[in-house]
Amino acid sequence: MTVKYTKDHEWVRVEGDVGTVGVSDFAQHQLGDVVFVELPDVGRTLEKGKEAAVVESVKAASDVFSPVSGEVIEVNHDLENEPARVNTGAQTEGWFFKLRLSNPSELDGLMDEAAYKAFVEESN
Amino acid sequence: MTEANQSIKTTPLHALHVELGARMVPFAGYDMPVQYPLGILKEHQHTREKAGLFDVSHMGQVRLTGEDPAAALETLVPGDIKGLARGRMRYTLFLNEQGGILDDLMVTNAGDHLFLVVNAACKEQDVAHLREKLAGKAEVELLDDLALLALQGPMAAAVMARFVPEAATMKFMSYLPATFNGVPVVLTRSGYTGEDGYEISCANADAEAIARALLAESEVEAIGLGARDSLRLEAGLCLYGHDIDTTTTPVEAALEWTLPKRRRAEGGFPGHEIIAKQLAEGTTRRRVGIQPDGRQPAREHTDIVDADGAKIGEITSGGFGPTAGAPVAMGYVDSAHAALDTPVSLLVRGKPLPARVAATPFVAQRYYRG
Repeated sequence: MTVKYTKDHEWVRVEGDVGTVGVSDFAQHQLGDVVFVELPDVGRTLEKGKEAAVVESVKAASDVFSPVSGEVIEVNHDLENEPARVNTGAQTEGWFFKLRLSNPSELDGLMDEAAYKAFVEESN
Repeated sequence: MTEANQSIKTTPLHALHVELGARMVPFAGYDMPVQYPLGILKEHQHTREKAGLFDVSHMGQVRLTGEDPAAALETLVPGDIKGLARGRMRYTLFLNEQGGILDDLMVTNAGDHLFLVVNAACKEQDVAHLREKLAGKAEVELLDDLALLALQGPMAAAVMARFVPEAATMKFMSYLPATFNGVPVVLTRSGYTGEDGYEISCANADAEAIARALLAESEVEAIGLGARDSLRLEAGLCLYGHDIDTTTTPVEAALEWTLPKRRRAEGGFPGHEIIAKQLAEGTTRRRVGIQPDGRQPAREHTDIVDADGAKIGEITSGGFGPTAGAPVAMGYVDSAHAALDTPVSLLVRGKPLPARVAATPFVAQRYYRG
């Protein structure tokens, strides 16, 4: 199992050819209290780096980009009623969607945990 | 650092905000706290349940003196200023010749002068406007040596009474010079949250000690601009530059209550003819509350469309109301769609979101009426 991160603070956890996507704990902290999440439709094809979901805090709406390309196979419906799960468990119960990777080599361009941690510290 | 950062101003509470862990953002030329570690949602709820302390020192405090400053000010605003009793305050608007709103403000009859509180982003232009239009009739002084704090919420009165016992019986929209821990302050029972509370005007040098004294009370938390915005939106209060501006008149903005009978009849304020015509004949658009269905917020500049998809207006303020437990918004719609409960759609990221025209406030105001 691999977890990779983007510079836009999304994470993707890969098991086989399925990636689970969410936003990082750093991102949820920056966003503040999440009050609404707009998820992609199951079956939609997402492109790496393109808009996939929207997360809204009290203050503002922010785009969530897909870390990798693939077809959406499942979304986290719990976020519709409890969007605060993004705050309480950004990298666990606050996942956004799962997709079937169409180009697993895209993972090579993403950061691993250590690199992401360094990236966040640097940008802080 | 950019040039803009170098010229940004700070309030006397800046170091305290940083010490409290605030996230600072530029607002109206000032480096201001948008939120503290508690977060906007909890800060909002805390203010509705207990008491919140806000730094609003960026706002302009102005003293107007002269032979008859009330008569002079009435040439620029449509409010009844001459009829304002000593120690009382009211909300009014600076208007342009088209009846458009230059700024909204609070005016207090402080006895030997009028005390004005104006928006931070407008204060320089307001003072220039006052000086130009009232030359020879009134002296205008921008009180840069004063800070302004707001203590808001259902426990504000109990907290304030520990420092200023006579504050407890102040009526909503009244004014009281007082002493707070030995230093002079001017209290008004007013605010921008829909809750009971006070604004506290004090010397810049005394602001931090007063803020620390209030924050030391168990009911009080520091509250940032983020929650200030969600609180005022739930209370149905306009934000200048968003819900009202030079292109909106008080009639379009549903602020007819700021136009008292005497001023409507007598006129003598900028834009009176246009406003009188609008009062008689109505306007083509009107500011209304908007309640989106479901949980998805609709933000400022969201298009409002009718059942056929034709644009009928635009959201001017919108977000999630933590106390309402739902998204809340306000905006302008064509008058044909302004009736309560009219169904409308909001185009959020290209998709129509069902909503309806709703009454404001979204959360009942709880002012102290005595």
